[in-house]
Amino acid sequence: MKGLISFAVGILFSLGLGLSGMTQTHVVKGFLDVFGDWNLNLIGVMVGAIAVHSIVYHIIKRKESPLLDSKFYLPTKKDLDWKLMTGAAIFGLGWGWAGICPGPGIVSLVSGDPNIIVFILSMVVSMFGFKFFEKKFLS
Amino acid sequence: MTTALIGGAIIGIAVSLMLVFNGRVTGISGIISGVLSPKKYDTSWRILFLLGLLSGGIVLRFIEPQAFQNESHNMSIYDYAFAGILVGFGTLLGNGCTSGHGVCGISRFSVRSILATIVFISFGILSVLIFKALRGGI
Repeated sequence: MKGLISFAVGILFSLGLGLSGMTQTHVVKGFLDVFGDWNLNLIGVMVGAIAVHSIVYHIIKRKESPLLDSKFYLPTKKDLDWKLMTGAAIFGLGWGWAGICPGPGIVSLVSGDPNIIVFILSMVVSMFGFKFFEKKFLS
Repeated sequence: MTTALIGGAIIGIAVSLMLVFNGRVTGISGIISGVLSPKKYDTSWRILFLLGLLSGGIVLRFIEPQAFQNESHNMSIYDYAFAGILVGFGTLLGNGCTSGHGVCGISRFSVRSILATIVFISFGILSVLIFKALRGGI
């Protein structure tokens, strides 16, 4: 049942990304092009998503557990450390460079565009690279 | 703006269902990372979610084909590779991407996520600025 929910959430999430323009690199880059031909549209995605989810979250957090599991799996870290800042900065540079973040990248794989396939493969290799780096230097 | 708002609301509903039923944060980079170093009883939901993303993509090909039309013609395959490397490393080091920090975290009013989102949007703006200076367009 939990798997079915995950699958359905994936479909919905994907439709939301596609309808909002998040899967189009020029729309995303246009949103980040604030000093050029700024395309403000994508603010709507964040506003829409946060409006819905912040209400649901603040209602549901009063419950002991979710409907299908014994507990919530929410992040517990509080520290505003160099990893958070540096990671977000590196991610931002990559996001702006190609106009793709992980979700839209996965969704766009179905277009068969070799550029997208290369993006996702590089991302996955880099994630493995990070895990190696983390084991060697960060633990 | 309206379609972006509707798309955003659908994303909000999706991540809310994940939280209400499964108690999970829908952070795409974290979900992928978990598949790459699988743990028992913690992998199938991730794979099913990613399969859901792909299935949704197939639906989009029929109902919204323009979702896959890109008009940023100044990028070569090396730009995509370069960006992928930064996105992979950065999201794991910073514990999240647009979905995990930008949607789920901000909705929880998490200071970490609000800060991370400000930082990645700022560096995204900087990146587009550098890209345009080098290539003459987005």
